Amino acid sequence: MTQLPQSTDRKMGLVIDLDTCVGCHACVISCKGWNTENYGAPLSDQDAYGSDPSGTFLNRVHSFEVQPEQGHAQLVHFPKSCLHCEDAPCVTVCPTGASYKRVEDGIVLVNESDCIGCGLCAWSCPYGARELDVTEGVMKKCTLCVDRIYNENLEEVDRVPSCVRTCPAGARHFGDLGDPNSEVSKLVDERGGMDLMPEMGTKPVNKYLPPRPKDTIEEQIDILAPLLAPVAEEPQGFMGWLDKALDKLPGGNA
Amino acid sequence: MHPAPSVIVFTTLSGLGFGLLLFLGLGYPDVTGWVAFVFFAIAYALAVGGLMASTFHLGHPERAMKAFTQWRSSWLSREGWCAVIALLVMAPYGAGLVFLDTSYTALGLIGALFSLLTVFTTSMIYTQLKTIPRWNMKLTPAMFLSFSIAGGALLAGQVDAAMILLAIAALVQLAYWKQGDSAFANSGTDMGTATGLGSRGKVRAFEPPHTGTNYLLREFVHVVGRKHAAKLRVISFTLAFVLPILILLLSPHHFGALIAVLSHLAGIATSRWLFFAQAEHVVGLYYGKR
Repeated sequence: MTQLPQSTDRKMGLVIDLDTCVGCHACVISCKGWNTENYGAPLSDQDAYGSDPSGTFLNRVHSFEVQPEQGHAQLVHFPKSCLHCEDAPCVTVCPTGASYKRVEDGIVLVNESDCIGCGLCAWSCPYGARELDVTEGVMKKCTLCVDRIYNENLEEVDRVPSCVRTCPAGARHFGDLGDPNSEVSKLVDERGGMDLMPEMGTKPVNKYLPPRPKDTIEEQIDILAPLLAPVAEEPQGFMGWLDKALDKLPGGNA
Repeated sequence: MHPAPSVIVFTTLSGLGFGLLLFLGLGYPDVTGWVAFVFFAIAYALAVGGLMASTFHLGHPERAMKAFTQWRSSWLSREGWCAVIALLVMAPYGAGLVFLDTSYTALGLIGALFSLLTVFTTSMIYTQLKTIPRWNMKLTPAMFLSFSIAGGALLAGQVDAAMILLAIAALVQLAYWKQGDSAFANSGTDMGTATGLGSRGKVRAFEPPHTGTNYLLREFVHVVGRKHAAKLRVISFTLAFVLPILILLLSPHHFGALIAVLSHLAGIATSRWLFFAQAEHVVGLYYGKR
């Protein structure tokens, strides 16, 4: 049923720390690895070793440069996957009921056996979170590793999405964003977690933690500065004579 | 947006076909027998042909029947229902005119209403998408409806009505282009809101997530047609509206009417190509492509 639930019991999702992400793409690879051999159709590649490779990924890492009015530009690595929106447009546009949002945990999933591959859900997603698999002809998206997080065959430490388990920098956090006392909700409160494109009205569950402010070099006192200041602006003595002598030679001044 | 030929063919042909069905349902032209048969055959060929073309871009066309289930929330599903109802209701109405020389007026009116609703629901598939500001405008359904009604009048041989309706459609087209050109800038979405980093400074795409292309870039970040957009607008406007109106004014006979219809068809197809090719999806912002 592609009508959205009035509310969900929990709001499972990710909190992504843009301050900590180092842009290593390990989450991209582990996501592809886990999801190509588990839930649903595999994530195919086309011309993987040729001159024009492309393929289906559920998670991708962009890098942006932010240039403030004053000071240095900052590089921000920006992982992006499905935000499991509360008001998910990709669910309501689906003509077949293949796209749905679960009442128990708020995860947005695709029932691949009902998907006709019309692509309208991907059109309606502002975040580019859905990709139509060329080989299978069905829509693929982040499942929040629904086949890991409740999987009792795995060690408890592994019962988190693959991207979260893999991140070497600890930039990805998983939990219930509907519970104000959860670790992820506290993190969002402390760090001013934000929505992407809030004007779209999608009410994303996933939050992004903005980069912390950088130290400003100008305010630091440099104790070595007096010792390192140049003693002479103009060359003097032998160097001064050499400078003038070389200037007089034909060939122009440097 | 990628201008997929199947979708351009579908919206162009079925728009015209349902436009003709609208006029036939209302009793214009008032024909029976073989003449009625030819009119209905053209209308069904266009409407059904267009609908068939729309299934070509599906990943799994064999599951198309499932698309009738979600009419409560999905405009695409509603479009399917309206199209099927219109075609089913118009069939006995047409059969009455062709074989029995009888007009079941009530059936015709219901068929006409659902023909109009089909075009409206098609337009709403595009209009509902906030992610594409150029489509997310009230002028989008106005454009689809005005094109369909004008084209229907032209095909139905309603010369006086067609000239007025073509002129109205032409004005809607101009208004659509004018408003559409500033829609993305006015939407309030930019790289700042896309990344949430806009309050910190100017955001620039530094490094893309992949060196090759992907589904998102192929489907949503089409930039090929932009270069010739202005010329194509002039061509499309001339073919769709100016030439047909002039032909109807100067030579409203069968051969002239045929030329007017073909010119209109080519013009609308060009306009529809621009409708897709010029539409900018906000996901392009993440790739720095807007």
